[in-house]
Amino acid sequence: MLKATETENMGHVRRTPLFPLVAKGLKYASGERALIDGLSLEIGETTRTVILGPNGAGKSLLLRLLHGLLEPDAGSITWGGEAMSGEVQARQALVFQRPTLLRRSALANLTFVLSHLPAAERTTRAHELLAAAHLEHIAATPARLLSGGEQQRLSLARALAREPDVLFLDEPSASIDPAATALIEKMIANAADDGTKIVLVTHDLGQARRLADEVVFLHQGRVTEVTPAPEFFSRPRTDPARSFVAGRLVL
Amino acid sequence: MTDFSSIFGLALGLVASGDGELYAIIALSLRVTLTAVAIGCLVGLPLGAFLAVVRFPGHGAVTALLNAFMGLPPVVVGLVVYLLLSRAGPLGVLGLLYTPTAMIIAQAVLVTPLIAALARQSLSDLHGEYDELFQSLGLSTRRKMAALIWDGRYSLSTAALAGFGRAIAEVGAVIIVGGNIEHVTRVMTTAIALETSKGDLALALALGIILMTLSLAVNAAVLSLNRTARRLAYA
Amino acid sequence: MSRKLLAGIAAALVLASAGAPARAENPFIVVQSTTSTENSGLFKHLLPMFTAKTGIDVRVVAVGTGQAIKNAENGDGDVLFVHAKKSEKEFVAKGGGVKRFDVMYNDFVIIGPKADPAKIDGGKDATAALKKIAEAKAPFASRGDDSGTHKAELKLWEGAGVDVKAAGGDWYRSTGSGMGATLNTAAGMGAYVLSDRASWSAFKNKADMKIAVEGDKKLFNQYGVILVNPEKHKHVKVKEGQMFIDWLLSVEGQTAIRSFRIEGEQQFFPNAEQTAMKKAG
Repeated sequence: MLKATETENMGHVRRTPLFPLVAKGLKYASGERALIDGLSLEIGETTRTVILGPNGAGKSLLLRLLHGLLEPDAGSITWGGEAMSGEVQARQALVFQRPTLLRRSALANLTFVLSHLPAAERTTRAHELLAAAHLEHIAATPARLLSGGEQQRLSLARALAREPDVLFLDEPSASIDPAATALIEKMIANAADDGTKIVLVTHDLGQARRLADEVVFLHQGRVTEVTPAPEFFSRPRTDPARSFVAGRLVL
Repeated sequence: MTDFSSIFGLALGLVASGDGELYAIIALSLRVTLTAVAIGCLVGLPLGAFLAVVRFPGHGAVTALLNAFMGLPPVVVGLVVYLLLSRAGPLGVLGLLYTPTAMIIAQAVLVTPLIAALARQSLSDLHGEYDELFQSLGLSTRRKMAALIWDGRYSLSTAALAGFGRAIAEVGAVIIVGGNIEHVTRVMTTAIALETSKGDLALALALGIILMTLSLAVNAAVLSLNRTARRLAYA
Repeated sequence: MSRKLLAGIAAALVLASAGAPARAENPFIVVQSTTSTENSGLFKHLLPMFTAKTGIDVRVVAVGTGQAIKNAENGDGDVLFVHAKKSEKEFVAKGGGVKRFDVMYNDFVIIGPKADPAKIDGGKDATAALKKIAEAKAPFASRGDDSGTHKAELKLWEGAGVDVKAAGGDWYRSTGSGMGATLNTAAGMGAYVLSDRASWSAFKNKADMKIAVEGDKKLFNQYGVILVNPEKHKHVKVKEGQMFIDWLLSVEGQTAIRSFRIEGEQQFFPNAEQTAMKKAG
């Protein structure tokens, strides 16, 4: 993808720096149960960050808090020192675990988020995005009739259509087959190479190994460690992470 | 009393006779009701979408009120519209009383809350599904409403049909504001009321059968169009 | 957004009005009248003659006399054509109408089930018959809608010395609806009922009911016509409305009224004053 030139073409100006992303003392509870419990975290710009952890660690929730879909009960999140704002959110995109697609054609799902472009460019750009996601042949197909893998690719293509500075992904390949997963991971890697910050949540060790530059390990609503990927997989620093990497039940 | 087979015969005979007066009455019924439903959709769908998308203090009260207004008694609506449009009323200068426009207004008042309430219901469900995506995309309320109405259009046609059914079958409001004037404001329902009051129950029933057939035809047409379009769009 | 919405609604209304039938081109007047004149078919008989002569369409709103007078008071009509002389005179006295003219009369009849539980069949005295109905506690269906017929009925009960209010819900049943609906109700429950003769003659759901009492002077039913006062309601179409009234009172109009028949029987008896007739004749 030719992100730099395209960005110029669209007249986007890179604004104030978003990083570091800093979360301090985040708390989020559902009823009595603290799901995120005093979580602190700092994420820099240049890496592909994978948030790893067992089921129920609070990974998806953390992603929603960072993206601003949920308000924490306590604590703060700042982007480059600034609080979350509409403008900051507009520079991010999130790919949901279960793709939420509009009841429209694949193409229309993309043009929907390209409304800032003139109508003609909108279609051209949408077709480019479809091609990049290997979906060109089903442009006119209703999105809801696509296979799981196609739906997730479309969902990812739609997120990329916004040209985000930060791309959040919530277990993007949790329910699709290995071949489809490979395509998704390729798209993610391409986006990262184009300079998009990737923050990906997964419990899939293999995927984490393939994509991560650094690993944030989450356990019981807290970050137990933030470690460069090679080091994390060879020598995790904390017990829960060691158990997880070894494929044992994390207690 | 006359038996039903002869009433069906009478209804068929009326339709087959090509009676211009009958067709004019049918045409007026359709014109008044379809226009009222169009206005009801124009107001009710955005209103329903707004309530599905936006939370505000008093939201529950507004929704409850809207739901209650689904059951507005036609006679009361007719009376209120009469009082507004009467020469002695605030809008009397417009001279709209006893015209089809007055009937359209009354029926629009009658069906708008119904369409809005049904739209809110079905769009709330859809919004539940789209909410996080909309938030993530940072959409304006207006775009959210538009997207919901567009994507929910097939289920919304049911709301429009409900409005149509309520309006086409309604007599209490149109007879007050229309006056049931021959050739001017006489529609199917007021014609039925008139024939009943003349004691011509067979003719009244025959007209009733024609009205029901008409209503059935409109419903069937919309539903089949709907099904075809839906299959093409996303199945 | 709301401006666009209003524009849309206005457009819808205009579109709907544009499709209106071409007959709206004629000048027209609105006549507030009663169900008896409309349902009996009298207007169907009269109006084409008037329209042919003058090119004026007459739009009849047929409701009970009480409601017709209220509507006329509100200015929702050009001419009032009803049958409750006392109320009509009050209407003129209060400035609602210009002047009241007698047009025609017919009579009321007491209709009853053929079984005749109150034994009044063939009687000539209306009040005596009502007394018998009250004594027998035979069901009686009343209009109860402040119409001309209802007012006439109440006057007859008063003459009979029967307090119908006390009997309400018992044998005296107030339907609160028009003549036709009340006749249907009476037919359904085998009740006695007071009706104007024209409505009864034109009524098709007679079931097993027949005229029990007729011919009493007290059953006389006078119709009057009044132009709604233009000083009170500026929009009243004085010229066209007056033309309609003049025509009704003219020899031509009176003859037309006389010639209206249901099953060969004359229904309305013209009795406009000679002076008025000469003026318009």
